[in-house]
Amino acid sequence: MSEANRGAGGVVPPQGQGMNLLPEELKKDFPLLRRTVRGGRPLVYLDSGATSQKPVRVLDAEREFYERHNAAPHRGAHLLAEEATEAYENARVSIARFIGATPGEIVFTKNATEGINLVAYAMSNAATAGPEAERFAVGPGDEVVVSEMEHHANLVPWQQLCLRTGATLRWFGITDEGRLDLADLDELVNERTKIVALTHQSNVLGTVPPVERIVDRAHAVGALVLLDAAQSVPHQPVDVTALGADFLAFSGHKMLGPTGIGVLWGRSELLEAMPPFITGGSMIEVVRMEETTFMPPPQRFEAGVPMTAQAIGLGVACDYLAEIGMDRVHAHEEALVGYTLERLGEIPGVRVIGPGTTEARGGAVSFTVEDIHPHDVGQVLDELGVEVRVGHHCAWPICRRFGIPATTRATFYLYNTLGDIDALADAVRQAQKFFGTS
Amino acid sequence: MQLEAMYQEVILDHYRNPLHKGLREPFEGEAHHVNPTCGDEVTLRVHLDGEGQDATVADVSYDAMGCSISQASASVMSDLIIGKSVKEAMAVGEEFLALMQSRGQDVEPDEDVLEDAIAFAGVSKYPARIKCALLAWMAWKDATARALGEAS
Repeated sequence: MSEANRGAGGVVPPQGQGMNLLPEELKKDFPLLRRTVRGGRPLVYLDSGATSQKPVRVLDAEREFYERHNAAPHRGAHLLAEEATEAYENARVSIARFIGATPGEIVFTKNATEGINLVAYAMSNAATAGPEAERFAVGPGDEVVVSEMEHHANLVPWQQLCLRTGATLRWFGITDEGRLDLADLDELVNERTKIVALTHQSNVLGTVPPVERIVDRAHAVGALVLLDAAQSVPHQPVDVTALGADFLAFSGHKMLGPTGIGVLWGRSELLEAMPPFITGGSMIEVVRMEETTFMPPPQRFEAGVPMTAQAIGLGVACDYLAEIGMDRVHAHEEALVGYTLERLGEIPGVRVIGPGTTEARGGAVSFTVEDIHPHDVGQVLDELGVEVRVGHHCAWPICRRFGIPATTRATFYLYNTLGDIDALADAVRQAQKFFGTS
Repeated sequence: MQLEAMYQEVILDHYRNPLHKGLREPFEGEAHHVNPTCGDEVTLRVHLDGEGQDATVADVSYDAMGCSISQASASVMSDLIIGKSVKEAMAVGEEFLALMQSRGQDVEPDEDVLEDAIAFAGVSKYPARIKCALLAWMAWKDATARALGEAS
């Protein structure tokens, strides 16, 4: 058990009895959350959807690696190289366990964005990679399906793949309630579809799409399914075998880990057959001047000296989250979202963009405040120590869909409290007062 | 609160009652600029009377979507430069850019040159908002370059 988790069962939060909240003491594990901002105000951090804060254990793990074991893994035969390799591979084991995968299916990337690009580029490289890679090849007449609620990271790489290969990009729309519009699922996902790339939890709307239904349809027509899990793996229990998808990409920094480390999970038989994206050292088997053969996965996809300390940090973050329990993290955030919807709902002029209930919904609450631009809302909130994100949140088509220029977005994590949400609601009222709209 | 330093009454007035707003004819140059971090957009037209740097800025018209800072800045700017020569207007633009890049350090903004635009001094302390204040100015520079290109 972690330091923070000790005695968790016995501590009753001052507010929200009966809600499934984690103890507020958890906050103590995160040194940054103790600092003050803008003239000594306590920090209310509501931007974990952009990046999460880090517990001491993760910071210590990175530091310890650099102080005691730093060497390039999978190279050299000296003691430090051995220790670095072991620590790096142990991190892979922790992360695999965290999502119900086997270590060989865990490919380290820079972040979710790179993981998605890895698959998209592997697919365009497939044309020249031999018969084994044929199932990844795309060309004119083939279709790639995304949705209107994708983060740019799961939209632009597919637009680019279609540009390179002549394939056609198609997409699911969004309902007025902020759900994925599956009315034309059978028409959109058809025999021409090569891959369906979908968010597993919208970073703007919070929506969690019905993955099972989409996976069933995609697999029935022989299409692959990639899930952008950047917002799901940090916040809900994810078991890749139960999900049924073929690829899953997520980032370490959004789940208490360091920046610069992410994961692409892929089914082993797919990774075996998939050509590489980035090539170079350590992903090779035999190199001659005329040609090169590649290592099996995951090494085939990890060219160059890897982000070792970051991978170790992410492994520790996974262990930390697993000790608390992802079902409890999820329940905690669900309670926070419910409370947020309630508190924001009391404020005239506030409109939530996305599902109005906690059902199939994660911890991102986007909203508009009548007659105040989100940038201006955010400025007043920041002045009061409440740090949220404003803008289009790297998902511009969602704003166009709802006919708004941008939103203000609060996102939560295990260290947030009901008090943070009270501070948010109060600050929104302050913004209305400041701009004279209430 | 620091907020009052940023949202000066002048800025809020221009935001609520923007001057010279709306796209008008005639015009020789048009530019569309966006702030990709927040999605603010401006389409701006320039009508020049005469040629080259000595031409008079006869009209600046614009359609803009965005926060109070970007909207007020478009209003202040158009009011400031309409009637000036291109050369004079560019000089005002340079002075405004210098103010915005000052990061709140002691730059003495020239009130005679900048007029209402000195109200944006407080914005320069917030790096994330400087782009908002500069959006219309950049669009104007671009549209003017196009207008001059067409004229020559």
